[in-house]
Amino acid sequence: MVSLLNPYKFVFATKKPEGNGKWYGVGIDIEKCIGCASCARSCKTENDVLAEPFFFRNWIEQYTITNDGQIKVSSPNGGIDGFTQPVPDDEIYKTFFVPKMCNHCAKSPCTQVCPVGASFESPEGIALVDQNYCIGCGYCVQACPYGCRYIDPRKGVVDKCTLCYHRLEKGLDPACMMACPTGARLYGDLNDKESALSLFVKENNCAVLKPQLNTESKLFYNGLSQEVH
Amino acid sequence: MPVQIRRLLIAFAIFIGIMLVLKYYLTPESWREYGPYRGYALTEIAGDEAKYVQMETCSMCHDSIAELKSQGVHETIECEICHGPGYKHADEPEHNRMEIIGDGLFCLRCHEKNMARPENIIKQIDAAEHSEGEECTTCHNPHQPWL
Repeated sequence: MVSLLNPYKFVFATKKPEGNGKWYGVGIDIEKCIGCASCARSCKTENDVLAEPFFFRNWIEQYTITNDGQIKVSSPNGGIDGFTQPVPDDEIYKTFFVPKMCNHCAKSPCTQVCPVGASFESPEGIALVDQNYCIGCGYCVQACPYGCRYIDPRKGVVDKCTLCYHRLEKGLDPACMMACPTGARLYGDLNDKESALSLFVKENNCAVLKPQLNTESKLFYNGLSQEVH
Repeated sequence: MPVQIRRLLIAFAIFIGIMLVLKYYLTPESWREYGPYRGYALTEIAGDEAKYVQMETCSMCHDSIAELKSQGVHETIECEICHGPGYKHADEPEHNRMEIIGDGLFCLRCHEKNMARPENIIKQIDAAEHSEGEECTTCHNPHQPWL
């Protein structure tokens, strides 16, 4: 009945809490990222992500725009192996690092397509996977426009960034935020106007990836160039 | 009522009955506790062990190093970025030693010259030119690289 009367509520079962409930989001300052990949390395350790084949819950890309307008994107082992500049300094027009991870979208395409309700958004706005119920069909892997999901070959089920839900519940920071030496990554409660993330979004000109898809991404980038997609 | 309609209705009733029985037995207990998913999944995910214990735990024993580090430029760097996760060491320090990286390549993950690294954020060197093959730790103490 719910689905007939209000299909929107049925499809997007989780929405921003109206009271004091938490509504987590992530902020990344591209101007502070030094591409050390501490985030990617610590994420793999914390969450037991396979080293090979190359699956990542978060990774770093180096964008290099040359003087003749070519865009080169490199991410050797997600940045964990260290970056080497693909072209000499004098041929580079612009270059920067872009850390990528799950956007924890408010209207997440991945959770809508799950046929068994194993992919869902927690009441705090974190997109999670119930690995005991996932059947490994891979619909969500295809649906995610940001490429943030993969099928773990050991278990045959989908795995993705949980914003270190187990750490948040214990009062610790997510592993990638903890490991960032320059403070380029932060997370916070978008429902609290004084939280670190709310202030970050307020004080910087933030943008999200692929806004045209209307996923209401909650990963805000400061200093995002138009070449990034 | 014509007989064919009655049979059809009986067939429908049996089908709906079977579906209701199956739904009763197959729906997990915490289904729809928060939304169209298993509510227990949240507890299961939250139950995973945290491997990185963070600086506060480290400084409970290693207070002199924490003190030294707090005066240098590596002040905000978490111990476990270089030493690896400390959950085992925090439980049984004698049996589980932390990793000590003496390899300069690890320093270069942050400090190698790269045009994409903002100069105001991180000091960078061209390794071959700067140290001529010497290990970084010969001159720099990683806990307090410069004063």
